Formats: sequence, C-alpha cells, structure tokens
Amino acid sequence: MANTRNGSPQETQSFAWLYDPRTRGILLQIALLVGVAAFFIEIGLNTAANLNAQNIATGFGFLDRTAGFDISQTLVPYKSTSTYGQVFWVGLTNTLLVAVIGIVLASVLGFVIGLARLSSNWMVARLGTVYVEIIRNVPLLLQLLAWYFTLLIVLPSPDAALELPLGIGVTNRGVYLPAPVWQPGLGAVLITALAGIAGAVAIGIWAKRKRIATGEQVPAFWYGLALIVMPALVVFLALGAPISFEYPTPGRFNLDGGIVLLPELIALLLGLTLYTAAFIAEIVRSGIEAVPRGQKEAAAALGLHPWQVQRLVVIPQAMRVIIPPLTNQYLNLTKNSSLAVAIGYPDLVSVFAGTVLNQTNQAVEVILITMGVYLAISLLTALLMNWFNARMALVER
Amino acid sequence: MRHATQILTAAALGLIAVAIASQAQSSTLDAVKKRGDLRCGVNIGLAGFSAPDDKGEWTGLDVDFCRAVASAIFKDPTKVKFVPLSAKERFTALQSGEIDLLSRNTTWTMSRGTQQGLAFVGVTYYDGQGFLVKKSLDLKSVAQLAGASICMQTGTTNELNVADYFRTRSLTYNPVVFEKNEEAVSAFNLGRCDAYTTDASGLYAQRIKLADPSAYVVLSEIISKEPLGPAVRQGDDQWANLVQWTLFAWLNAEGLGVTQENVDEKINSGNPEIRRLLGTEGEYGLGIGLDNDWAYQIVKNVGNYGQSFERNVGKGSRLNIARDQNKLWKDGGLHYAPPIR
Repeated sequence: MANTRNGSPQETQSFAWLYDPRTRGILLQIALLVGVAAFFIEIGLNTAANLNAQNIATGFGFLDRTAGFDISQTLVPYKSTSTYGQVFWVGLTNTLLVAVIGIVLASVLGFVIGLARLSSNWMVARLGTVYVEIIRNVPLLLQLLAWYFTLLIVLPSPDAALELPLGIGVTNRGVYLPAPVWQPGLGAVLITALAGIAGAVAIGIWAKRKRIATGEQVPAFWYGLALIVMPALVVFLALGAPISFEYPTPGRFNLDGGIVLLPELIALLLGLTLYTAAFIAEIVRSGIEAVPRGQKEAAAALGLHPWQVQRLVVIPQAMRVIIPPLTNQYLNLTKNSSLAVAIGYPDLVSVFAGTVLNQTNQAVEVILITMGVYLAISLLTALLMNWFNARMALVER
Repeated sequence: MRHATQILTAAALGLIAVAIASQAQSSTLDAVKKRGDLRCGVNIGLAGFSAPDDKGEWTGLDVDFCRAVASAIFKDPTKVKFVPLSAKERFTALQSGEIDLLSRNTTWTMSRGTQQGLAFVGVTYYDGQGFLVKKSLDLKSVAQLAGASICMQTGTTNELNVADYFRTRSLTYNPVVFEKNEEAVSAFNLGRCDAYTTDASGLYAQRIKLADPSAYVVLSEIISKEPLGPAVRQGDDQWANLVQWTLFAWLNAEGLGVTQENVDEKINSGNPEIRRLLGTEGEYGLGIGLDNDWAYQIVKNVGNYGQSFERNVGKGSRLNIARDQNKLWKDGGLHYAPPIR
C-alpha cells in the first residue's frame, strides 16, 4: 500500500484523504470554481459601484420604460409607445427571420453548387468554381452594401412601380405582396390539412416497416402528399374558398397595404445566402468526395440507377462528413446577420444593442442580454445539428 | 488547459465591465496634462462641425471648440487627438474614459444629463430638427409626409422626435434607420426615402454632398429644440468648469469685440472686462487650474465664437448658414454667457 510508505500509521490515517487523487481533484475543482465566482462577483460589484459613482443608471428596470421610436419591420405587435422590452422581441424575431430563411436558402443553393462543382459537365463545374472563389473571397459587409445599393438603383421608384402577376408590386421601397385575409371557415381547412399531415406521417412509418419486412417499395411520399393536399382542397372549395387578399394600392408616396418585403431584408438575405452557400458548396463537395469510389462502383454493380446511387449510397455517407462543418456555417450565418445594422435592417443588434443602448446608455446590461441571446441561438442550433448528426451517423451492423 | 480557456472566456465576458470599472477617479485635468494631449470625441464627418479637410486636418465648429480647450490648457491648439465617433458610440466612449471631452453636435437632453453620467456644459449651436425633401414633391409642411419613407440615423434624438411628431398627429410613416449618416444619405440619394431628417445644420451640410443639391429643399418647418453642446463625465467639477468657462470665454470674447487679430492690442485695453478676460487683471485661471492667460490663448489660437462660426458654417463657408438664433443675445440671438468676474 502506498500510504504506509511515509510517516507513522496514525498520521497516515488522519491525512490520508489529502493524498487521494480523487479527493484532491475535487478540492482543486472547488477552489477553481470559488476563484472564478469571486472574480465575477468582484467585477460585478466593482462595475456597479463605479457606474453608481458616475451617476449612470443600472439594473434591468429600463426594459419596462417606453421606447418612443418606430421600427420599419415588426413581426410582433409594436408601436412607438411600446417598451424597450418589446423592442427586444421585435429585434429578436427579425434576427430569427433572417437566420431561418437564410439557413434554408443557403443550404439548398450550397448543395446545388457543391454538386455542380462535381459535375462531369466542364462548363457547369467551372461555373461552380468561379462562384465559390469569387463569393467567399470578398468581405461580406461589402457584398451586403453592394447588394443593397444595387437593389435601390435597379428597382423602380414607387411612381413607376413594376406590376407583376398576382398583384405583386416591385419598387425600391420593397416588394409588395397581396396579404391573405382570414375569413370564417379557414380554420376547418387548416385542421383538415393538419389531419392530412398526421396521416402522411403514419403512411411513411407503415411503408418503411413494410419495406424492411418484405423489401417491397411503396411510393409513400406521393400517397402522403395526396393525403395532405386533397382533403384540404375539397374542404376549401366546399366552403367557398374562405380567404380573400388585400392587394397593395398606390398611395401618395409608397404602395399601401399588403405584405412588404423591405429592400433591406432582401439585400440581407441575398448577401447572407450567397456568401454562406459558397462555403456550404465546398463542404458538400468535400463530403461527397470523401465517399470511397468503391461504394459507388458497388452500388452501380448492384444495378442501381445513377440517381439512386447518389441518393441511397453516396449522400447518406457523405452527410456524416458534411454535418459537423455545416453546423459551423449555420452558426456563422446567424452571427453574420448582425451586419444588418449597416444597411438599415432592424435586427437585434441594430434596434436593441444599437438604439436602446444609445437611449438608455446601459451598455453593460444591453450587451450582456444581446450576447446571451446569440449564445442561446447558437447553442440551440448546435444542439439540433448534433442530434441530427447522431441520427445520420453510420450505424454499424 | 481547459481551465485556462474557461478563465480566458470569463475575462473576455468581463471586458466591457472592466472598461467601465477601471475608469480612473482621479482628476481629468491632471491626466490630460500628464498625457500631453486632449482626447476629444468628434463626428466622423459632418461638414462645418467636424470633418477632415483636403489636407487631412480636422476642421469645424465642434473641432474648434476642442482646439479652444487645448489652447487653454497647453497654450497650443494642436495638442488635441481627435477621436471620430458614430452617434451610437459617443456616450460609451466618454463614460469609459476613452475621450476627455465630447464635442460632437450632441443634443442636450434631460436623460442624457441625469441618467447617463454626462454633464453638458453649455450650448455651442442652437439647432432644430428639419427635413430635406425633393423639390418636385412640392411639400409645404412636415405633416404632408404622412405615409412617406423617412431616412435617418440611429441613436439620435431625431428618431424620437419624428415618432412623437407623427404620433401626436395620428399619422403614419415608414422609418428607415441607419447606423452611419453616410449610408442614410446614400440611401436617400438613391431614392429609398422621400425625406431625410436630421438637425437643420446637418441638412445643409448633407445637401451639398448630394448629386444635384438644387433638386432638394429643406422644409422651413422645424419640429424640435436641439441645443447642441459639449459634454464631459460627471464627478469631476474642476474639469467641467474648465470646459464650461472655455465656452463662456469664447462667447464673451466676441461680445467684447476681442478677435484673433486684435487680441494682442486688446491686452493693453483699459476696459476692465477685457482685462479680466485676457488675464491682465485678477486671478481667474486659478479656479480652473490654469494660468491667467487661458482665455487669451483661446482667442489667440482659435479666434472668438463668432469668428469660428462664420469660418466653419457661416458666410465664410460653403454651408452659408445664417446666424439667426446663434447670434449673441445683444444681437437678438440666444447665446448669453455669464460674465468673468
């Protein structure tokens, strides 16, 4: 026994726990935790004391005070008499809107360009290369400004609005879409559609079980789609199409009414999507190239169609390589959306860490909240992608 | 190593806190003297108030005020380090000690003066918020802008005044808000907005930058009071007094007819008011920690307020703004400086 080597047996007994690596480890951890906590508490107290000495307001009470300014795009109810707390929600939803749409569009475009770079068609592959090399090597902020000012120059002024079919109006003040107006009875249509979705999921599960058991292929996707669309359509028509549209009409300065997609939003989405897609394309290309050639040859030898080779053999294996770096790109896109402030899009950084910070001047509180939000969004995205990654991971049989 | 990373993260998170926490409590004047220059926060680019000229020298009314303070302290107007700040950054820069003095066309308001740790020392320019619109729209009043898109800069009182104006009249408008003035003006120039709003002085400054200035007019209606003035941190009364009396001396010099050109003659003047101003009588520098010729240095190096006004924004400049309410009180304006005695 190691502890009998030094000192008398009594001494060894009473201090034995000190030499136990496990106990010592725990003690060190506790000491470190206390140290870090003391560091933060000291900073917190010191900051509070100094802010107080400088007569700068502190605390989170400002969230209940009236904001007094207007915001160009609000997804949640807001007017200038709302509070700073509501400004936060407006900014957060605007940021999430850009992040979610941007991630979807960038993924689609990135996959297409990544596949294009691997195309056997010389022209298509070269176009993909040119796209990736140009877009990913120009700073995003410059691209955003370029898109924004290009849009303002190219799109017509409101008095010469471009009128597209379906009542869509295009001006340099935004793209105006007809706004759907909820009429009584539309709820029944939605409920039917929801029931259809549930049915489609059930069919999918049944089809998979059947395939595993018997090897028989069922076109579950088309059955499911029919189940969602058909009954909903029948109910919709039976109730006499219970929906109407509010069309944008020319006003004194702008088009009035309808749903407006602001040029700031369009430019931001264009910039973020095109930029991130270039990186995603490279990730997709590397992922697909990482799948051994033998896999494709074996699949072809089994008589699978080239498309089936891609869909059933190559892409599932490539996904294992693609997903982790893809998560990084999603996080980057979300964080890059804070560049919105340069082109006047009211995202969280612009309205909350910008206007609210400036009006209340509570920099510490506002920046802490904002950093916390980005951290939470990023951790949530990472969590979802890790779960997806675990699902897609190669199952060894 | 993992612990080291955690501690680094903790330190990074505490950065802003530390920036404010480490803010020294000692005398600003001592710190400025020791450093050998005055750090003055100015606008990134607003013609007439603070903008670099074609030789890269900062010029403008706000810039001249920084030079006046430097002259009073160092007897040398060049001992200023100009720190260009956006509207959003300006107050944090002052609170954190990055600058000693904020002279950046900043509106004096109650919340800024009482809740944000700022002390405004006076008014260098009496302004009001106006609107720049296309001449072809043929507008007479701001209320006719109902339904229009209006470009402006974030973090300004302008943003709040517009909201108030339209709210009290139950009218709507579409705000388009940018962090930097240049982008707001560019967007307005490209037709994103029907109107651009800022302080009237700024409108004249921005209009000369537009592609075709004659196609635009400044509406005569002014919707707010915008007293623009220099600010310092609260808690250092000596420094606040020094900056405040620099402004008063600047104004008093004009009232007493002391100019950059005649200040060396006036120093022998028999007028006791001029003698007190220029330090030939009394010990007025003592109270603000300076030599008695502090005000002489201001006028000698920068000129008096009226001279700086005309040179930067008035008749001697491209802006050609009339003095109107920025005249001295005895000429019918609002500037009224307490006497030096």
